[in-house]
Formats: sequence, structure tokens, C-alpha cells
Amino acid sequence: MSYISKPRIDHPGLKQNALGLTRRDYEGGMSTLCAGCGHDSVTAALVQACWELAIPPERVAKLSGIGCSSKTPAYFVSGAHGLNSVHGRMPSVATGAAAANRDLHCIGISGDGDSLSIGMGQFCHAMRRNLDLLYLIENNGVYGLTKGQFSASADRGTKAKKGEVNQQPPIDPVLTALAAGATFIARSFSGDKAQLVPLMKAGLRHRGFALIDVLSPCVTFNDHEDSTKSYAFTRQYYHPAVNMDFVPPAEEIRTAYDEGEAMEVRLHDGSELVLRKTDEAYDPGNRANAFQYIRQHLDQGEFLTGLLYVDPESREMHDLNQTVERPLASLAPDSLCPGSSALPDILARYR
Amino acid sequence: MKSIFRMGVPVVGKNFFPSNIQGLPTWYEIRVSGEKHLARRDGVDVMVAMNAQTYAEDLACVVPGGVLIYDSTWPRSGELDRDDVQVLGIPLSAMCNEAFDGVRARILMKNVAYVGALAALLDLDLAVIRQLLEETFASKPALVEANLKAIHMGHDYASTHFACPLTARVEAAEDTAGHIMIDGNTAAALGCLYAGATVGAWYPITPSTSLMDAFRSFCSRHRVDEASGQRNYCVVQAEDELAAIGMVLGASWAGARAFTATSGPGISLMSEFLGFGYFTELPAVLFNVQRVGPSTGLPTRTQQADILSCAYASHGDTRHVLLFPANPGECFEHAVAAFDLAERLQTPVIVMSDLDIGMNDWMCPEFEWDDDRHFDRGKVLGPAELDRIEEWGRYRDVDGDGIPWRTLPGQDVRGAYFTRGSGHDEFARYTENGDVYRELMQRLDAKWKTAAGLVPGAEIDEHAGAAAGLVTVGSCADAALEARELLAGESMPMDYCRIRAFPFGEDIRGFLERHEVCYVLEQNRDGQLKSLIVNEFGIDPARLRSVLIYDGLPVSAGSVASGIRAWTKNEVPA
Ligand SMILES: Cc1ncc(C[n+]2csc(CCOP(=O)(O)OP(=O)(O)O)c2C)c(N)n1
Ligand code: SF4
Ligand SMILES: [Mg+2]
Repeated sequence: MSYISKPRIDHPGLKQNALGLTRRDYEGGMSTLCAGCGHDSVTAALVQACWELAIPPERVAKLSGIGCSSKTPAYFVSGAHGLNSVHGRMPSVATGAAAANRDLHCIGISGDGDSLSIGMGQFCHAMRRNLDLLYLIENNGVYGLTKGQFSASADRGTKAKKGEVNQQPPIDPVLTALAAGATFIARSFSGDKAQLVPLMKAGLRHRGFALIDVLSPCVTFNDHEDSTKSYAFTRQYYHPAVNMDFVPPAEEIRTAYDEGEAMEVRLHDGSELVLRKTDEAYDPGNRANAFQYIRQHLDQGEFLTGLLYVDPESREMHDLNQTVERPLASLAPDSLCPGSSALPDILARYR
Repeated sequence: MKSIFRMGVPVVGKNFFPSNIQGLPTWYEIRVSGEKHLARRDGVDVMVAMNAQTYAEDLACVVPGGVLIYDSTWPRSGELDRDDVQVLGIPLSAMCNEAFDGVRARILMKNVAYVGALAALLDLDLAVIRQLLEETFASKPALVEANLKAIHMGHDYASTHFACPLTARVEAAEDTAGHIMIDGNTAAALGCLYAGATVGAWYPITPSTSLMDAFRSFCSRHRVDEASGQRNYCVVQAEDELAAIGMVLGASWAGARAFTATSGPGISLMSEFLGFGYFTELPAVLFNVQRVGPSTGLPTRTQQADILSCAYASHGDTRHVLLFPANPGECFEHAVAAFDLAERLQTPVIVMSDLDIGMNDWMCPEFEWDDDRHFDRGKVLGPAELDRIEEWGRYRDVDGDGIPWRTLPGQDVRGAYFTRGSGHDEFARYTENGDVYRELMQRLDAKWKTAAGLVPGAEIDEHAGAAAGLVTVGSCADAALEARELLAGESMPMDYCRIRAFPFGEDIRGFLERHEVCYVLEQNRDGQLKSLIVNEFGIDPARLRSVLIYDGLPVSAGSVASGIRAWTKNEVPA
């Protein structure tokens, strides 16, 4: 093991998942982020989601770009391989990893700077490719790691710690994702674990690109008054548009829902998502409708949260490529080589 | 050209084309020589001038005693004559307009008709031409007939109006048996197929595009399961080169053999990731099919001007393994070797081809494949090996060769580690400790020394008595060898050393030390190979004399010889 392993103390009382693993088995190294940073809460939710889904830790692949947010793969599922790539380029590395091994559960962690500025191109193209990836943007409106400059998600009129006011319109990752063709699009808040964990589970089970834009305040550079990405502001203007229950394949839907209120979405692996909309007019299965509805609320200064759009039938990168079921990385090169017997025929065309 | 090849005569063809789809002139130059020379010579014996705009330029290229063929449908200005050149007019357009319907067919057939005329003038075998047409248009027999009609038209006209064949003619021989005509990009793609590559990621750029096209085409024939139609490969057209190299690194990290193909501008974009790959020790295979330029340059012309930018690509102390194929045969071999080296050394490997090799058809011996060839996957630990190891560190040099052991995702929690481009210790843990960083960089340097012993050695040819050496690289080879023959005839014998890889091995150092003076022949303005040699070996630059050819055209023997002669003329007596 590449880390000096922590002495393992088994607490007989700790709950185990279907693999007999406890939540501790899904934890990682000690966080070095600022105390109170939203990103640590996202990490905790991810630990919970992976544990509840009982994903074998070694089957997880953690990928990230650069930023405080992108450091967090070191803080969860230490039994999984992780790759902290270069700034804004995680989607390409994730594409390669997923191409090589389709059995991996790829989790990409990014920031608003990482995804919406330097990495905007890769972010959009990974969605367009419908890569099978859970993609989290830990969105704090600033570049945390380089000490608080505005990011492209900073809202118009929001004030930096040093007093500067942002004049440019924000790029909204959710609207961008709707436009670029993502097939699972959600928004949540690092302070709402009850909403975040089921969304992460659904995103991991969704076959295709699953984006969760997580509002995740930066306590050091963007949590003051007049900031629109502070804890206080987010709590005030955050508005769940859809509440979602995640029901694993083997389980029955137990909660009773009122007629017309619930919308059931079945994922490839048989999991069931039950969506309860807070507004009759909203349709999370309709891209154009979702776009307009979210846009309208944003204009009124309201962040809609929950699973905002989903297309469970989409075909992900390997479906489109018609790749073999076995991971490409598991095919030995000599088994793929056509050998000397095939060569004369191949070369005949060049004679 | 292919008919000449089929007649058993060594031949090579070079296409000169602009970065444009239609509407600008292109040239195709064919070299045929009884001495089996395969480089460009200099000067044209028989010119077919099909573009009125470039007529004067074309005429000027013809050597005294040569022949110029032109379309005599339209009158030609008398000023454009040369006394020492035989000018033959054939009314190609007029003939084709009469014989064929439709604008497209008429234009196409004009180009076929002159081949017929050439066949008469050069004594090419019409049966061979017919055979080739039948193979090319196997599924469209009507086209065979139309083409043959045009060929005969040209042939008959030339036979009745001129004294055929010319003195410069092609004589059937037996010198091409066991050879093929293939371009380097196709050959490299075939190497990737044979090496078991499964992931390809690229962004189209001339002159590398046909490499991935060829790979896909080979895969569609050899990598699709017949029953299920499923593919055991995945080719991704990336949004740009930054993404392409990211995908290759991600796939290699996850255990697949992955590669990309690009050219200079793509390498510039890939630089940050190349440093990441070097520092985190991930395999990657890149093909840099070099073209001319800073910036967009001359995208359809050839050069070797990315030697330094590839050798030291990226910020910080970085160095990359380079392989320099000289012809399509070596593209095939180096492609396979590149995957083995990348996995053995856990680092990016760049195959430095160029437009001349990549896009022109070269005559080369048929490729061979040894079914017992060992695929070197390098040092990878699986669950079984981890069972036996007490404490494993991803970046620990346990074997003393600078190469640590790696693990792949998806296999075993005991093999998990965090790959990071920031400072890390032997256990892949984050650190900014200066001593740890220095030790890491020293180990990477030790790995570099190991690499020098694993890469292909130079091709060296030495004879007693030669005081000078000719050092070159890649597609300069054939012209260099022919120039060496020319100069030997002028009492200037030279030994020969063709570098095939970076890091440079001791064989190259020895060669340089044994020669008072070495001419370093390469295709760029700044003498990049020379700089690299000086930098790596600390050799006295005064002993190296650059011969630099950088007009964007494939090197000709004549230009190499005159480049070397120029040095000797300028030699100041002591
Ligand atoms: C090529 C490159 N340019 C700039 C940087 C400097 N840099 C590091 S992190 C960062 C911004 C990160 O912002 P974000 O993604 O929002 O992450 P946060 O720290 O806010 O979580 C920048 C600009 C870099 N690492 N690489
Ligand atoms: S600077 Fe901000 S984003 Fe970075 S760790 Fe601190 S609170 Fe979190
Ligand atoms: Mg940020």
C-alpha cells in the first residue's frame, strides 16, 4: 500500500454495508483544507454515498484537476486509485480511464475555476461524449487555491472580500450542461447532505455523464456579507425544485406518494429514482422546459436544486463506440496482435 | 509510379501539395534510378507541366537535355522555350473533351491520358498499368475501361508523334521483389495494431491525420468480433490536443496501450501534460509527424524542427524518449517498440516521423513479424504479486534501475495510490520537502540512463581512413547515403552515423569521439540535433558542422553534397 497504513481498529459497533465494509473503509487521508470549507462536506457525502451503494473501493477511480476542490480525492476512498491531473483537464483523463476500463466507477472532482474557465472546453466535450462519469463541481464562486479571485461562476454584483464588485454575468454549469447534452444534471448544496447523498448515488448509478453542481462555500475568501456564494446567502436563496428518493434495485418503493406528485425514473441497473416536483409546471425529463424554468428562477436570484434533468435511456461513450464488454485494459496485447499469418494479406495491398 | 514498381524497378514518389483542398497547384515527383537510389536527386529529367500558371517555374527545373510535356490544346508563349530542353506538346484537353462527357470526367481523364503518353515515352508496360487499374477499380469495372481508353489515347498520340521511347527510359528489372510501397503513417498505424494498442485519441492535423485513419481502418478489419460486432478498441476524436494527450495518459494509467498522433502545433499544446506524464511516470505513446514552421508554418511541407521542443517538452526539468524512424519500415518497428519502451520506462515516448515519411509512398522491404516477440508490459504489480510484498511504494526504486513498480486501478485496494503532479515521496504521498524532491529528480535521471541502454542504437557505418563523419537523423538517411557516395567519388570519404533515438547511447558518443569533424545533417534552421548533441555530450561545438536543409521539401542528395562541399571550400588553412 502506498500510504503508511493507519493502524486499523475495528469497532464492532460500526455498521457494515453489503460488502461487509464500514464507512471507514471509504474514508481517505486527513483533509488539509480550511476548517469549515464546503468541500469537506462534499467529501463526507461522497464517502456516505459510496458506502451505501457498497461499491468495491478498488473499482472506484478518482480523478480531478487543480484547485482546493481538486485536492479532495485524497480524502475519500483510500482503497481506490486517484489521479490529480492538470488544471482544467480532468475530463480528458477521465475519458481515457473510462475508455481503458469500463468497469471503473469514475468520479471526477472539479471546481468552478477548473471547469468553467480553463477547463470549459473539456467539461463541455465530456458531456457531449456522454462519458460514464459522476462529475462534481464544488462551486464557490472563487479560485480558492490562488487566494480568492472571482471565478466564471461569480454572480453579477457579488462582492469580493477586498471589495471589488463582479460586473460580468456568470456561466451557470447547469444551463451549460443542458446545452451541451449532459444526461443527468443536478444542483445541490454542501450543507444539505440529505439531498446530496441520494443525488450522488443516483449519479453513480446513471449510465452516462452525471453532473452535480454543488454550491460549496469558501469560508476563507467568499463567505462574507455581499457575497452570493456564502453559506448564509445560499441557505436563503436555495430552492429545491425536485426532491428525489433513490431506491436500489432490490428494494420496493415503500413511501406512499400522492397521485400525480411523483415521477419514477428507472436507471439501467434497475435502481428507481422517485422525483417529487415542487412545481407542477416543471418537467425534469424535458431539456427545453428545464432550461427555461431554471433560467427564469436564476433571473429571480433563486438557485433551484435537486435532480433538474435526467435522460435514463441515453447511450454512453462505450455504447456509441460498441466496445467489447470486457475492459480494454484487460485484453493482453499479444491476444490482440494479428500475428505473422495475417501480415502477407495486409501487405498485399501495398505491392 | 506503382507501374514502375511493379516492373521491378526501384522508385520513390514525393507529393508536394499546398494546405488547400482544391484550386492550388500540386506536384508529384518520381525518382527512378538504376542504382536503386531512393532520395530526391535535384533537377527533373521529364517534366509533365499540367498547370499553365507554373509553366515557367516547371520549365526551369528541367535539367539540360531533359524533356517537358505540356498540354498543347492552348497556345503557349514562345518566351517560355529553352533550347536545351525538348518540349513535347500533346493536345490533352482537346482529346479528352472529344472522347469523354462531363466536366469532371474530362478533367480526370486528361490526367490519365498523360500517363498513357508517359508510358509510351518511358517504355512502361501497358499490361502492368491495366492490371493496376483492374485492382484499383475492382468494384467499378466501368472505370477500368474509361481509364484504359484515356491511357491508350495518350499512348497512341505519343507513339505516332514522337520518337518513342526516349533515351531516358524505364527498363524492367528484378529489384523490387519482396518490397512494398507504403507510407509511414499507414506503417505506424499497422505497428499500433500489432502492438495491441486499444485506445487512440487525437485531434486532426496535417500531416498526422492519416495515421489514426489508418489505425481505425485496420481495426475495423482486425479488431471487431465477428459474432457480436463489438470492438476491442476505442478511438476518440478529442476536442483538441490537450484533451488527446490527457486521454492517452488516463488510458495508460488505467492499463491500456494508448497513443495519439499529432504534429508540431499539437505538441506545443500537449506540453503541460507531457511534463505531468514524465513526473508522475505514466506511459504514453505519441507520433509527431513533423511539418514546417513556427506557428502554422507550411503545414503541408516537411521538416525536422521539433527535435528540441520534443526532447525537452514542458516546464521544469523534463526529458522525453524520442525515436527517429527513417522510413515506413522503421515507423512500423518503432511504433511497436514505443509501446514496450513507454511501459517499461513508465514515461511518454515520442516517435518523431515527418511529412515526407508519413505521407509519401516509400519502397521498403516487406515488414516481418516474429510471433515469439515478447510484449514488454514493464513493471506492473497485480493482486498475486501484492500478496508477496510487505511494503510497496509506488515511487520506490527497488531494482536500482530507476524504474519503480506500478499498479493499475480496478484491481486491489492494496495497490491504491494517488497519482499527483505535485511533489511526492516514494509512497506517492504529498510532500514539499526539498531533499525528497531532489532525490526523486535524481532517480528520474537514473531512469533516463537506463533508457539510454534500452532504446534502438544508431546505424553506424565506418571504414578505416575516413577523418570525417556524417551524422544524421530520420528522413535525411537516403539522401545522406547517396551524397556520401557522391563525395567518396570526389575523394571525400566519410563515415556514417544515423541516430535512431534519444537518449543518445554510448555508440553515438564513441562515433563523435573517433572523428575529428562531423557534419550534422538535419532539416531545420537552427541545428537542433547538433544543439542536443552538444548539450547531452558536452562536445566541442567547433567539431560539429551543420548541414541544414529547411526549404520544406524532402532532402535531395545534391543539396546534401553541396552543403558539405560548402564547408570544405570555406575551410581556412591553419
Ligand atoms: C495551467 C495552470 N494555470 C494556473 C494555475 C493556478 N491555479 C491553481 S488552482 C486555480 C483555481 C482553482 O479554482 P477552482 O477550480 O474554483 O478551485 P477551488 O480552489 O476554488 O476549489 C488556479 C488558477 C495552475 N495550477 N495551472
Ligand atoms: S481557500 Fe476556500 S476553497 Fe480553499 S480550502 Fe480554504 S475554504 Fe476551502
Ligand atoms: Mg472555486
